Amino acid sequence: MQAFEYIAAKTVSEAVALLDEKGDQARILAGGTDLIVQAREGKRTLDWMIDIKSIPEVNVLDYDAETGLTLGASVPCHQIYAVDAICEAYPGLVDATKIIGGTAIQGRAAVGGNLCNASPAADCIPPLIVLNATCVIAGPNGEREIPVEDFCTAPGQTVLGKSEILVSIKIPTPLQNSSSYYLRFIPRNEMDIAVVGAGAAVVLDEAKQRIVSARIALAAVAPTPLFAEEASELLAGKEISDATIDEAAQAAQAIARPISDMRGTAEQRTHLVGVLTRRALNGAIQRVRDAA
Amino acid sequence: MARKSHVQTTINGEAVEFLCEPRQSLLEVLRDELYLTGAKEGCNNGNCGACSVIFDGRLVNSCLVLGVETDGKSVETIEGLADPDKLHPIQDAFLENAALQCGICTPGFIMSAKALLDQNPNPTEHEVRYWLAGNLCRCTGYDKIVRAVLDAAAAT
Repeated sequence: MQAFEYIAAKTVSEAVALLDEKGDQARILAGGTDLIVQAREGKRTLDWMIDIKSIPEVNVLDYDAETGLTLGASVPCHQIYAVDAICEAYPGLVDATKIIGGTAIQGRAAVGGNLCNASPAADCIPPLIVLNATCVIAGPNGEREIPVEDFCTAPGQTVLGKSEILVSIKIPTPLQNSSSYYLRFIPRNEMDIAVVGAGAAVVLDEAKQRIVSARIALAAVAPTPLFAEEASELLAGKEISDATIDEAAQAAQAIARPISDMRGTAEQRTHLVGVLTRRALNGAIQRVRDAA
Repeated sequence: MARKSHVQTTINGEAVEFLCEPRQSLLEVLRDELYLTGAKEGCNNGNCGACSVIFDGRLVNSCLVLGVETDGKSVETIEGLADPDKLHPIQDAFLENAALQCGICTPGFIMSAKALLDQNPNPTEHEVRYWLAGNLCRCTGYDKIVRAVLDAAAAT
């Protein structure tokens, strides 16, 4: 592997100051499951790795039924699905954390890292988008917050400025009669990268027959994960039916602009957006109906 | 070349010190600096699981951990599993079931199985198969490995 220096930052301000001082060849290290591979394969050149895992704020995993979830940027997947209250409140996010890599990857890989790596196929990003998650970013001028759907700007690129770090992700408390779902298509059962991924969150009425509001997001069909805004909005107030779900699936297909590569053709991906959007919506609706 | 760091860690219950460059993975440190060659290098990118070790109680791919990250932490490797006079029950079960052929993947599978049984002593076959999905074996077809892990669970 290329040579670099390593330092473990102890505070957010120290990490920000180090990024500022070391310049654009410095990289933040969380779980390392993407960064170490990229450094080894020469896909990223770097001269410093700044380990943030000793910083208290990036290790926070705090769920409160009043205030929602605060998920530190370096919290690994396995810690998330170990908390029953989180599995109950945010099943769509938990779906993603359980299918990223295998057990050993989930022992290190962080949702925050998945976000900062900004892969178009990142499994965690569609569920974060549909759950209305926001990114808490620290930089030389203090903190700022932005919605997850605005975080990625291109493959591997984010809105993070040169000396900024992602500190945590905040997800609001789920509303009554709501749930979420994420799934992806891969040709294997496990250990693969999404050909297409789709996440959905729904809020239903008391009778669980009508959609009050919905959010749909897609992975691996554009340079960044996408919030399917139109598809989401057209569901608001609609009676649940196959026709309604189909209409949303078609609207989601309309915003997909996939490429053809070794994982699938653009045509297959566009088809899959329809299939997976229907399944994600039906999955989320079923979860609301199954809840006591 | 980056300066070497002095790292103090615990490996298989014993205090260990070593010097390493930041770019050296835990796998490289284990094999090249500490001569613990049980963990194997397969893909070196987190897909094959041949380098699986337990790091601070969690199963990880040691090729995706930096040696310097282990300072003050603990690592368990295949070398720490057997007692001087008898094998670990998982090792026995692998032998009984002929759950290996060439053996390259075996240390990784056994450490992965240990991490599973440490937290779930009675897994279902389904749970075993999903837990081991990050460990690849090109010889056995997996079935004997899964049976060995289930046998080890039943025996302990």
